[in-house]
Amino acid sequence: MSASKYTCPLPRAKALDAYFLEHRAKLIDLAAFLDRLDRADPQGAAEDFRLAALRQALAILSDGRGERARRVLECFSDPTAEPIPKAPMKGALGAWDGKAAKP
Amino acid sequence: MKYIDPHIHMVSRTTDDYARMALAGCVALTEPAFWAGFDRSSAQGFFDYFRQLTEYEPKRAAQFGIQHYTWLCINPKEAEDPGFARDVIALIPQFLDRPNVLGIGEIGLNKNSRNELQILEAQIALAAERDQLILVHTPHLEDKLKGTRLIMDALRANGKIEPARVLIDHVEEHTVKPVLDRGFWAGMTLYPDTKCTPQRAADIFETYGNERLWINSAGDWGPSDPLAVPKCHQELLRRGHPASFIEKVSFRNPVEFLGQSPKFSAPA
Ligand SMILES: [Zn+2]
Repeated sequence: MSASKYTCPLPRAKALDAYFLEHRAKLIDLAAFLDRLDRADPQGAAEDFRLAALRQALAILSDGRGERARRVLECFSDPTAEPIPKAPMKGALGAWDGKAAKP
Repeated sequence: MKYIDPHIHMVSRTTDDYARMALAGCVALTEPAFWAGFDRSSAQGFFDYFRQLTEYEPKRAAQFGIQHYTWLCINPKEAEDPGFARDVIALIPQFLDRPNVLGIGEIGLNKNSRNELQILEAQIALAAERDQLILVHTPHLEDKLKGTRLIMDALRANGKIEPARVLIDHVEEHTVKPVLDRGFWAGMTLYPDTKCTPQRAADIFETYGNERLWINSAGDWGPSDPLAVPKCHQELLRRGHPASFIEKVSFRNPVEFLGQSPKFSAPA
């Protein structure tokens, strides 16, 4: 790899030409998704752990610092270190539900 | 452009997929043993699966000029019952000398449970004892970061495993650097909804370089694309990366890693 920080061969204007519309659409999808959740009755439930992680991740997008993808993924990750006693299911939910491994 | 797809589950794909992959330039692939989407009812079910991977699939691939290699194990999704898992592990040694078997895989963790970890350790020990390469599956979504760390610790704890003989698969932006920093190889899986898109895989190459790193489709019975690897090549070309870059990540890198097994012969 070159030592330059510009490791994407596309000049920035070309990268925008290539990807802007696609990612503009994804951002609007996300905005519409949050609006949709506002229209859905929470039925008294506390904020869902997935939505809480999503809100944390959204703040990363505008904090002006780099490595956004890594940090967003970390927002959704189980931060604990110990194996859990028993697998409760086979699948995954996309965000950590806050249940720490019990000793 | 000729390429290797180093992780794809052809037992779940049609013969048409072999034809399309061959047209797109695939010359070799490796197929790790995995979960079938349902739990097998007996260890004998794995015996038949291992025969399919070592006898039947290589013939199907050869019809299209594709070399077929495989990896054997019990996958972490069926490792929550350690007694059952150990019965399956006991079947593996008799298959290890078959000509297309490169090693143990895809072993790893799914929900990061104690039983999964115990069965992972047993299979790491088998690989060490039989001097096999290892292909590692890392968990999904919220479980990936923790699971990747637990797996790397288990590999190190064995004491006999050289990191350069282990490929840790399904890395993403939060796990690729720790994996490479500890001397392991890393694989990026190109999935439509989870794991990496072709664009993000290209981003990861631009951020972390192209040493000890490869891409695969992990095509299986779920939403996945057996042509994901050539689609990622298109993305790299679109950005202006040279053809030699693609040859490095999708041919020379797999040949270098897989060639550590004497059974692998680089496709012409
Ligand atoms: Zn797989």
